[in-house]
Amino acid sequence: MISYLDTILFAIILSFGISFFVINIKKIIRNIKLGQDINRSDNSAQRWSNMAMIALGQSKMIKRPIAGILHVIVYLGFVIINIEVLEIIIDGLFGTHRVFSFLGVFYDVLIGSFEILAFLVLVAVIVFLIRRNVINLKRFVSSDLKGWPKSDANYILYFEIVLMSLFLLMNASDYHLQLLNFGHYELAGAFPISQFIEPIFNGIPETTVMMIERFVWWLHIIGILCFLNYLYFSKHLHILLAFPNTYYANLNPNGQFDNLASVTKEVKLMMDPNADPFATVPIDKNAIPSKFGASDVMDLNWVQLLNAYTCTECGRCKSSCPANITGKKLSPRKIMMDTRDRLEEVGKNIDANKGVFVPDNKTLLNDYITTEELWACTSCNACVEECPVNISPLSIIMDMRRYLVMEQSAAPQPINAMMTNIENNGAPWPYNQQDRLNWKNE
Amino acid sequence: MSEVINVPTMAEMMAQGKQPEVLFWVGCAGSFDDRAKKITKAFVRILNRSNVSFAVLGTEESCTGDPAKRAGNEFLFQMQAMMNIEVLNAYEAKKIVTACPHCFNTLKNEYPELGGKYEVIHHTEFLKSLLDTGRLTIEGGQFKGKRITFHDPCYLGRANNIYEAPRDLIQKLDAELLEMKRSRANGLCCGAGGAQMFKDAEAGNKEINIERTEDALETKPDIIAAGCPFCNTMMTDGIKNKEKESDVKVMDIAELIANAQDL
Repeated sequence: MISYLDTILFAIILSFGISFFVINIKKIIRNIKLGQDINRSDNSAQRWSNMAMIALGQSKMIKRPIAGILHVIVYLGFVIINIEVLEIIIDGLFGTHRVFSFLGVFYDVLIGSFEILAFLVLVAVIVFLIRRNVINLKRFVSSDLKGWPKSDANYILYFEIVLMSLFLLMNASDYHLQLLNFGHYELAGAFPISQFIEPIFNGIPETTVMMIERFVWWLHIIGILCFLNYLYFSKHLHILLAFPNTYYANLNPNGQFDNLASVTKEVKLMMDPNADPFATVPIDKNAIPSKFGASDVMDLNWVQLLNAYTCTECGRCKSSCPANITGKKLSPRKIMMDTRDRLEEVGKNIDANKGVFVPDNKTLLNDYITTEELWACTSCNACVEECPVNISPLSIIMDMRRYLVMEQSAAPQPINAMMTNIENNGAPWPYNQQDRLNWKNE
Repeated sequence: MSEVINVPTMAEMMAQGKQPEVLFWVGCAGSFDDRAKKITKAFVRILNRSNVSFAVLGTEESCTGDPAKRAGNEFLFQMQAMMNIEVLNAYEAKKIVTACPHCFNTLKNEYPELGGKYEVIHHTEFLKSLLDTGRLTIEGGQFKGKRITFHDPCYLGRANNIYEAPRDLIQKLDAELLEMKRSRANGLCCGAGGAQMFKDAEAGNKEINIERTEDALETKPDIIAAGCPFCNTMMTDGIKNKEKESDVKVMDIAELIANAQDL
């Protein structure tokens, strides 16, 4: 029934949709690779297991049960209903109709469960909209989300409502035609939800219903391709990046901060009594002088940049951050959003300058993240613990503090006093090291 | 309290050709802060009572470098670390116990890569092992039925996943263990970590230690138990701010055990 024109048109739309997406994904990969190297190839068994538990199994999501369960519904809906998309693509490319219907009862079960999931997704998404726009949960009304991020979150939810409604409408019109035994619409599938929508087509000429069915079918697949391409421009990349992100996340205890290797080298040299301070160091002319800590996205490592693209701005980190709870400017979510925004800016700069970054007199530090935010952190790891996909805002904060202290000597005065004490007398307070055991006799 | 405490140093031990079972890392707070010194002594009294062979570095101990590292000064941290590692390795230290979760975390997690590989134990875990092996016994006595809530130190809990040892000890006292609404992995920081102890907080609408003290007071406790000298200070300040000093005491786990033993 579907003419060659239709299949050709479908193939063109599909390849456009996918090519645009691939181009953008390549851009993301290039941007992530702007980060410094860090080895996360160890312990692959543990990493796969984390990915299975945390990304696939949503184990950290359900720690907050209401949002968690709603999210699991939308997630399952997304993953499972995509089997239907596979059928749509095959039908579109080969001019078939409901190509999987030969599966018989199994097909009924499949379509039936898609429908129930689609309905549950609709309900969940409506509850999400209410949480964001009516109940105004604290983590969703914060200043972090002013403007685009707030609209972005709502657009995604509207999108899902439209896609799910189109899916159900498509099935309803199809089912209506099936019942009338119209044309190639043979009885196939079970329609536990759309059977209640189907009666709206009563009294409408069959050819019109078929037009509607086709129209909705096209809209649905075009909608899905649009959604796919919207991902890149939104905070919604987590549906893909949660998997690599949980795989590459830190496996060491949360309290363990990395020891900067460049510093170790210098400290060892300093403490080696046999080191010759006048020895000529072989000079590598191509070596870029190493910088301590991070002032911009290129100084961060690629896992931190992957973190930034993965963040979906849920704000659990913010709502558990002691600094944020007590009204300080620091928001771990904003740290991630700023990192991503700056990385996007750097990426666009590279695109505009034929593949080379031209300095723009801006940095992540100061232009995006202020020192006030950085110094408000207690390094308590609450944000790291909370993140449902193992993002570490803390590691970025610490790398930026390192830059402030080691490159700019820009610590707050009391911190400088504390460090001077450690240097002079081996304690953060001005007590003499020789008095360290005095407590014994007090 | 008048009992004379016995605190050998590693240098004395070495002079006698002895190696202690465990090295007690006192830490800067435990050495110099008036409140924390009481915790140090309480822990030593337990060690003495249990006949644990231990020694301290005394004047050879120096800051682990933790506050410098959290402030971003990796140079200072690594210099402190390497000096300490030289001393510890010279004494062939194998096992270290400390009452400070910050020292604990740094020694346990950040020293190995720099050449300092030891078995590092927090004092609550150590006390629990003394009880489990029968080297220490406690009768609940004065804490029987007392309402005690435990504040999880970030560097013990989230940083190193140790949540149970301090709780097990409180329960051994026949006390009623109360959980705050935010506890264990969801525990709220006292506000001292990440070198905050040494500076004023950034502008906000509340101090973190007040927020946390309110969590604790909601449980209507007789005692707020802590496992970190810095948390202890922050919670004590919070209680003073709320003018509850006469009703609620802030005590370290080691002090609870020592008091239960009338040490």
